[in-house]
Amino acid sequence: MAFFEGSKMTAGYGDGPDIISSCTINVDKGEIVAILGPNGAGKSTAMKTMLGLLNLKSGSVLINGEDITNLSPQDRVKKGISFVPQSKNVFAELTVKENLEVGAFLRTDKLDKILNDIYDLFPILEEKQSQIVGELSGGQRQQVALGRALMIKPSVLMLDEPTAGVSPIVMDELFEHIIKVKKTNVAIIMVEQNAKQALSISDRGYVLVTGQNKFEGSGNELLNDPEVRRSFLGA
Amino acid sequence: MDFINAIVLLLNYTVIPALTYGSQLALGAIFVTLVYGILRFANFATGDMMSFGTMVAVLLTFYFQSLGISFGLLPTALLTIPPAILAMIFYMLFIDKFVFSYYRVKKSPPVQLAMVSVGVMFVTQAIIRIIIGPFDRRFFDGEKFILKANEFKEMTGLNEGLTIKSTQAITIFVTVIVVSIMFWFLNRTKTGTSMRAYSDNEDLALLSGIDPKKVVLITWIIAGILATIGGVLYGLDKSYRPFVYFNNMLPIFAAAIVGGIGNPFGAFLGGYVIAFAEILVTYAYKKFFAYLLPEFMEPDSLMQLLSTDYKFAVSFSILVIVLLFRPSGIFKGKTL
Repeated sequence: MAFFEGSKMTAGYGDGPDIISSCTINVDKGEIVAILGPNGAGKSTAMKTMLGLLNLKSGSVLINGEDITNLSPQDRVKKGISFVPQSKNVFAELTVKENLEVGAFLRTDKLDKILNDIYDLFPILEEKQSQIVGELSGGQRQQVALGRALMIKPSVLMLDEPTAGVSPIVMDELFEHIIKVKKTNVAIIMVEQNAKQALSISDRGYVLVTGQNKFEGSGNELLNDPEVRRSFLGA
Repeated sequence: MDFINAIVLLLNYTVIPALTYGSQLALGAIFVTLVYGILRFANFATGDMMSFGTMVAVLLTFYFQSLGISFGLLPTALLTIPPAILAMIFYMLFIDKFVFSYYRVKKSPPVQLAMVSVGVMFVTQAIIRIIIGPFDRRFFDGEKFILKANEFKEMTGLNEGLTIKSTQAITIFVTVIVVSIMFWFLNRTKTGTSMRAYSDNEDLALLSGIDPKKVVLITWIIAGILATIGGVLYGLDKSYRPFVYFNNMLPIFAAAIVGGIGNPFGAFLGGYVIAFAEILVTYAYKKFFAYLLPEFMEPDSLMQLLSTDYKFAVSFSILVIVLLFRPSGIFKGKTL
């Protein structure tokens, strides 16, 4: 039984058609799981469903054995599930430090220690702590977004295309940060377009096609699977 | 000596009145900008909400006076501001619960909420008409002047007198205090930060555990404080004419937009920009030039750019010019 699991999830937007059907994704602490697939495969939808942004038509979501299928996204955040959206994932008009403070809104204890932990992970944020986030570079913003999500000391971190729109150098840097986060015993799920790079740092991966699990396996298995390579990795 | 006389003249007839009027506009403009930034609509009921709060203060002032309660040299109305604020907040929350929240939950477009606020404006006007009627009321009492023109002339030996009305001093003083507390609250407290975060990125704020109901509640509380204080200060300085507040919405909106809508500090400065523009453009400079220029060059006309009847045209022109050339406002920087 995995730590965080969405099993046999079927969901769509409003009364529209199902975007994902009977889709199962799970992740354990200290593990990075990548969700891959072509455009429109329902990767982000699967992740948003696990966060509770969409209502399930069938299936369930469990964390640590507890059924959270009927909880609102806010209540799931309180259970330690943090989410970094693909766009608009920072408070652009607030300072770096304020972004982090807002991230810790659900915490009632002193912030100094956790703030220092985040600054250890992302040294650039300490340097720029009183700068407005809107004035930072793309890579630095993504670090703010990660830092904000980590402020509640989540047990699960969900990243929706963390490297979208950043340069290859910044992408490598971000992946390094994600690995550092993983080493703090956080379960990480990420949706990625850069499949090869994502798989190379992932412990496991899921390939979704039209909202269903098509392939799954360890990062290397998927990278070397001829069918996955041909149909999806494009090599 | 003539030069100093000219300066005193300008101070007396433009600078001090503009600072006073600007403070009153600034409070209204911050109200507009807060509601726009957080509740995401242009609230056309702003003016009449200010009028409502002032009406409560006026009625309480008359009641206090009948009981013989006074505030010494200061106007009794200052004592009635706290209960008037409570009534104002109660009214706003009532309206929000039964009118605005329905459209907010439905996620109606901002223009629809703005139209709804026009409805609220008419209803509020009707309520005011029923309760207090449309007539002009003076509710100022206490000491009228801090500095009288004659005293100033005796003190300095100048020809021109400088008058400082107590309402002017009270307005500027109260505005500085209220606005300072409000900025401290928005920038330094956890709740204030959550309001700015909510205004900046609503979805992410929700995911960070910010309670939208609390943000809306606090917004109306601050709005109630600003509306009542702004309205009472304006009423004390001029007189309470219930429907003049509706006319004041044009300069108030102009101030909020000049400052960059959604930016409270911009709205604060915008109030003074509009006030100074209105007063400087409509002031008759004849006497001012008479002091400065040699006798043979003395102007025959009033040297007035626009008649005071057109003062709203000034705010309207500024509004249009700003919207054409700097739609995001003339002050750079962050919004809420």
